[in-house]
Amino acid sequence: MLYREAGDFKTSYRDDSQTFPIKFDRIAYYVLIAVALIVVPFVINDYWANAVLLPFLIYAIAALGLNVLTGYAGQVSLGTGGFMAVGAYASYKLMTSFPDVNIFFHIILSGGITALVGMLFGLPSLRIKGFYLAVATLAAQFFLVWLFNRVPWFYNYSASGQISVPERAVFGIKVTGPQTEAWATYLFCLVFVFLSAWIVRNLTRGSTGRKWMAIRDMDIAAEIIGVNPLTAKLSAFAVSSFFVGVAGALFFSVYLGAVEVGEAFGIQKSFLVLFMIIIGGLGSIFGSFAGAAFMVLMPVLLKNTLVGGLGWATDLAAHLEFMIVGGLILFFLIVEPHGLAALWKVMKEKLRLWPFPH
Amino acid sequence: MPDQLLYAMEVTLNGLMAGVLYALVALGFVLIFKASGIFNYAQGVMALFAALTLVGIQDGQVPFAHLINAIFGTDVHHFGWHVPAILAILLTVVVMVAFAWIVERYILRHLVNQPGIILFMATIGLAYFMEGFGDMMWGSDIKKLDVGLPQGINIAIDDTTFNWFGYGFFIDNLDISATIVAVILVVALTVFSQYSKQGRALRAVADDHQAALSVGISLRFIWVLVWSIAGFVALVAGIMWGSKSGVQFSLSLIALKALPVLMLGGFTSIPGAIVGGLIIGVGEKLFEFAIGPLVGGATENWFAYVLALLFLVFRPQGLFGEKIIERV
Repeated sequence: MLYREAGDFKTSYRDDSQTFPIKFDRIAYYVLIAVALIVVPFVINDYWANAVLLPFLIYAIAALGLNVLTGYAGQVSLGTGGFMAVGAYASYKLMTSFPDVNIFFHIILSGGITALVGMLFGLPSLRIKGFYLAVATLAAQFFLVWLFNRVPWFYNYSASGQISVPERAVFGIKVTGPQTEAWATYLFCLVFVFLSAWIVRNLTRGSTGRKWMAIRDMDIAAEIIGVNPLTAKLSAFAVSSFFVGVAGALFFSVYLGAVEVGEAFGIQKSFLVLFMIIIGGLGSIFGSFAGAAFMVLMPVLLKNTLVGGLGWATDLAAHLEFMIVGGLILFFLIVEPHGLAALWKVMKEKLRLWPFPH
Repeated sequence: MPDQLLYAMEVTLNGLMAGVLYALVALGFVLIFKASGIFNYAQGVMALFAALTLVGIQDGQVPFAHLINAIFGTDVHHFGWHVPAILAILLTVVVMVAFAWIVERYILRHLVNQPGIILFMATIGLAYFMEGFGDMMWGSDIKKLDVGLPQGINIAIDDTTFNWFGYGFFIDNLDISATIVAVILVVALTVFSQYSKQGRALRAVADDHQAALSVGISLRFIWVLVWSIAGFVALVAGIMWGSKSGVQFSLSLIALKALPVLMLGGFTSIPGAIVGGLIIGVGEKLFEFAIGPLVGGATENWFAYVLALLFLVFRPQGLFGEKIIERV
């Protein structure tokens, strides 16, 4: 009954095209931000931060990035893991080379470097389309992981071949390294998530986003009506890789702390992020968050019920997790190819008519 | 002859053999892609699953033993019999046909008319499911697969080359049998698709779904058929790779090896899969041999992809793929 647009009159185009046109949505959005900023930092503990909230926030950024490329611009990429590795190693090199600069700028810069690498690997997309492109992006995945594994300059010639993050602080509060508080890392990631979502939302509803979507729907037709495929595709690759790189940098510096590239940024990671946007919904900001939440929460839940609750062996639970993930993907594709975001939309439509649906 | 050249020749020969194995996996992809337009990422996992099933049947393992033990607190693991290789292979083929039927009935039928990318993602989901299912059914430990194929160095080649050049080439017997099997398989598939009724129907479906439907070909039957054949090819690939390096999770990653082969050869061409496989096999072995030591080795992980990528920039449909014609 609260969820109505009736009586909520818009008097300007600006009002009419806002992200949340319904008042209830707007209020809910502000409440959500307030809870995330004011309430959660006080109740958060290490377990929740490390098992649920940090991975969720970081994967949400990566999913947003991939959604720009795959959901909005229609270019399927299986190189997400490799681009996350670029972000991670860029942030590591920057942090160790310029220790005086604030880590915030390091992470933004790592995103920028990843954007350049992404554009480089996006160049073939001008010639190659569809499946061929999806497979071609695997070249980025394997080549980049190999590069970070084999060229010692990237891991500063450390004996183990791993990179581990130095301690860095923002406003005097440690956000990386072993002695961090859960709330500090959480807030640090939250800032990036908020900025990413805000930027992606505004890019995708502007002319850039419309160009991407035109390319996605039919690239030749888009070209005929005056969309330059070169700039549209490359900008999609750049923006997407930027966010994926930021996610990779955060994943390494704030979440994991120490990284072995093949393990942390292997092909599995590419698929994981791809699953997030499929289950969440291609071409939807909400979908990126929903998908990330789903893929982060489900293994935690499964592990808690199967291993903790029923006392099964962990490897059995892991097998079952594979089956459930695969089964769910199939289920979603069959029942709702547009993901959780589409379900959410249906729910909102129903809610608008409730309690008098006729 | 200088040593380097001899080594290079040996590497090339080994590359050709490896290429045949890649081509075997790629063949399964091509079959399904031609008949249903589905890019079947699960092909590698199908090979793993087929090999696991084969070993499981041969050794008389109890399926889902681990799960049963976890739920009921029992301790079952083996039936205690040993099935001969031929019978086990036949039983595995039956399992793969059943699998094809299940896939068609419960997945593909619901995804008709979806865009290709959705189908591709569905097969990734299927791959995940099969990975967990296979491990849960047969256990995730590394298994030894032995169906009686000869293994080890081929003495005849070693001796002959030693007499010719004064240096014996190392060629694995298993690779030679894999090559023979691959040749037989390709010939059999060609004969099947050229001369049998079902084969003609299969080609008709590959050509045009709607036209095939309108002359009375059952799409569903063709799909079950083609997934069964792909399952059989996966079984052959699984036997070859499984005998070579044991049946384990990494077997499913051969799908990733077959992808660049496909890109190079074209998604719709059986000869393309073979030629692409040979090019990639020789190319990556020679590259590792010549350039690998200079850049830190293990270039095999990415060389095939980069080669295919560069190649595609000049010829976007691959070597033998159908020319891509785009209309608005």
